[in-house]
Amino acid sequence: MKFVDEFRDRDKAEALIREIAKVAAEIQDHRPGPINIMEVCGGHTHSIFRYGLEGMLPKATELIHGPGCPVCVLPMGRVDDCIAIAEQPDVIFTTFGDAMRVPGSAKSLLQAKADGADVRMVYSPMDALALARRHPERQVVFFALGFETTMPSTALTILQAEAEGVGNFSVFCNHITIVPTIKAILDSPDLQLDGFLGPGHVSMVTGTAPYQFIARHYRRPLVVAGFEPLDILQSIWMVLKQIRDGRAEVENQYARIVPEAGNAAALAAVGRVYELREFFEWRGLGSIDHSGVRLRPAYARFDAERRFTLPNVTIADPLACQCGEVLKGVIKPWQCKMFGTACNPETPLGALMVSSEGACAAHYQYGGIQRQRGVA
Amino acid sequence: MNAVIRLPRRTLGRLSVPKVTLAHGGGGKAMKDLIDDVFVAAFDNPLLGPLEDQARLDLSALAALGDRLAMTTDGYVVDPLFFPGGDIGKLAVCGTVNDLAVGGAVPLYLSCAVVIEEGMAVEDLRIIARSMAEAARAAKVAIVTGDTKVVPHGACDKIFITTTGIGVIRQGIEVGAHRARPGDVILVNGRLGDHGAAILCARGDMALESPVESDCAALHGLIGNLLAAVPDTRFLRDATRGGLATVLNELAAASDVAIEIEEQATPIAEGVRGFCEILGLDPLYLANEGKIVIAVAPEDADRALAALRAHPLGRQACAIGRVVAGEGGRVTMNTSFGGQRIVDMLVGEQLPRIC
Repeated sequence: MKFVDEFRDRDKAEALIREIAKVAAEIQDHRPGPINIMEVCGGHTHSIFRYGLEGMLPKATELIHGPGCPVCVLPMGRVDDCIAIAEQPDVIFTTFGDAMRVPGSAKSLLQAKADGADVRMVYSPMDALALARRHPERQVVFFALGFETTMPSTALTILQAEAEGVGNFSVFCNHITIVPTIKAILDSPDLQLDGFLGPGHVSMVTGTAPYQFIARHYRRPLVVAGFEPLDILQSIWMVLKQIRDGRAEVENQYARIVPEAGNAAALAAVGRVYELREFFEWRGLGSIDHSGVRLRPAYARFDAERRFTLPNVTIADPLACQCGEVLKGVIKPWQCKMFGTACNPETPLGALMVSSEGACAAHYQYGGIQRQRGVA
Repeated sequence: MNAVIRLPRRTLGRLSVPKVTLAHGGGGKAMKDLIDDVFVAAFDNPLLGPLEDQARLDLSALAALGDRLAMTTDGYVVDPLFFPGGDIGKLAVCGTVNDLAVGGAVPLYLSCAVVIEEGMAVEDLRIIARSMAEAARAAKVAIVTGDTKVVPHGACDKIFITTTGIGVIRQGIEVGAHRARPGDVILVNGRLGDHGAAILCARGDMALESPVESDCAALHGLIGNLLAAVPDTRFLRDATRGGLATVLNELAAASDVAIEIEEQATPIAEGVRGFCEILGLDPLYLANEGKIVIAVAPEDADRALAALRAHPLGRQACAIGRVVAGEGGRVTMNTSFGGQRIVDMLVGEQLPRIC
């Protein structure tokens, strides 16, 4: 398949793996111990597991699976808010597919649907707006979540609804932004990260400038990476070369998709519709300043948070959950006391067991091979 | 099998309204008209003809074919009712025929119970019944008994069909999920995931167009070929809901073995791959309605492949992996990229990923 197969070429992969092993060995000549690289984005985590990349890498390189899975980091209280909206009698509640399973304090959207709520899966916020046009007698609410990748499509849908004067459409905004969270992780005293694979599709919107502080201030290399397996291997190699050479720069491996300056039209729509929240709560990481956005007052009538009365209760993660430590690379998923016992993909307790992009869910299915081989 | 009780033909009732109403489930003339016009007319066979409360099957004829009866039942609730490559009627016949055939049985008789939502178009019902009849004729099975219910609007989704099937297993055939052992070769009869992709596309809510058609087909002819060539086939199962991944997990668990498949060898149509790439789905979990997963001893693999390829529904049959010693129940795939991944059971439904 064009544009896919050329990025999954086995021979090129083997050549890259040899190069990675060589550079990693050169680094370890000077400083022993593992080289910890965090892939920030859940899409990367997914590819890493789907293609079995961890098992191909030399033992010295450790991939730490970061917080960039918007479904995983959704706090329970926000899911409860969703369910409170969805259970109103005149509401059609629309959501992306993989948010359906995220547990709230009492139930998930999937369970709310089974209990009679009108919850529908959509593939784009525009589908939700189309539903609102078709059902003028109902309130159609779109569950907006995701990083800068999905922010513009929600913003453009709101602008479209405004232009058409659609009165029965609103958005429950849970969009979050990755940069303050990377900063929070970098500020953490138990940090053990040597470099980053930067998010590819977020950067397609934002460009690469927002990451400069990571290189300048924190002296860590970051390579914006694509999602095909060769993209990821090449990006790891680029990070390792920076570490070996003592450089800390922002590089762009995913230049075929990511313009250095980002997407001006998308950024304009984002700037017009949203403003930063003071803080936003992340499952597993707690409250992080300026890490979420809400609709500007000019778009208040499309804001489900203003249109509906919400429980708006903060629900603490279960005490025994160690998601935060896993996210920061302090412990491995299976070193968490709950891993695979109380917390598993069928009954997830912690954020990282929720979505297939979550590090724990992926390790639950895949980690056995790693540990058997002694890679981890 | 041919010793049938023949009774004089009755006059068949006719339906004159365009839509099914609750009256058609009321037990009176309207119901008789519906059953006669739609089902009896289409299914037409001497065992059904008398319209007794049960079909009467000749025991000695059955016994002559083998030493065990196989019986299976399945409910069909597919949405949409009509999709590229088939419809709910064809599915309801082929699916149950296949569930018999993968046990090594020769399928013979089906029952057909339908639950119809009031308001359903009679013409759609006729199309579905004709499609069932056609599939049954092609599969050489007879629909010999049935039931019709009409429920109020909203109590079901247009039409639900349940078919039960009876078949006979020939002496000496012993296929079972517990029989796989290390060294066995895993085969499939063609490309995987077509049905699941076709249904998801036909629902229309992803605004994707795809040339993919459902692979819905009755597989007992193909399986007959295979069992004639390799009577000691270890395992056979149709990879319906949950796809290839689920069947392999069931096999690995029941036989307490590990299974290793090769991504490169696993056949998936370009259209299905593209569809899955766009939506973030895994084709290994997509449903099939005309694909079987087979395990045979290594020395039987070539003969099995030749027998499969000699049948129109097995032209693209190939070996995709093997049974290995190792942690019981574990299924892994060697990726064409050179890595290895676990192929686990799905926890719930496969949902498109957000990013």
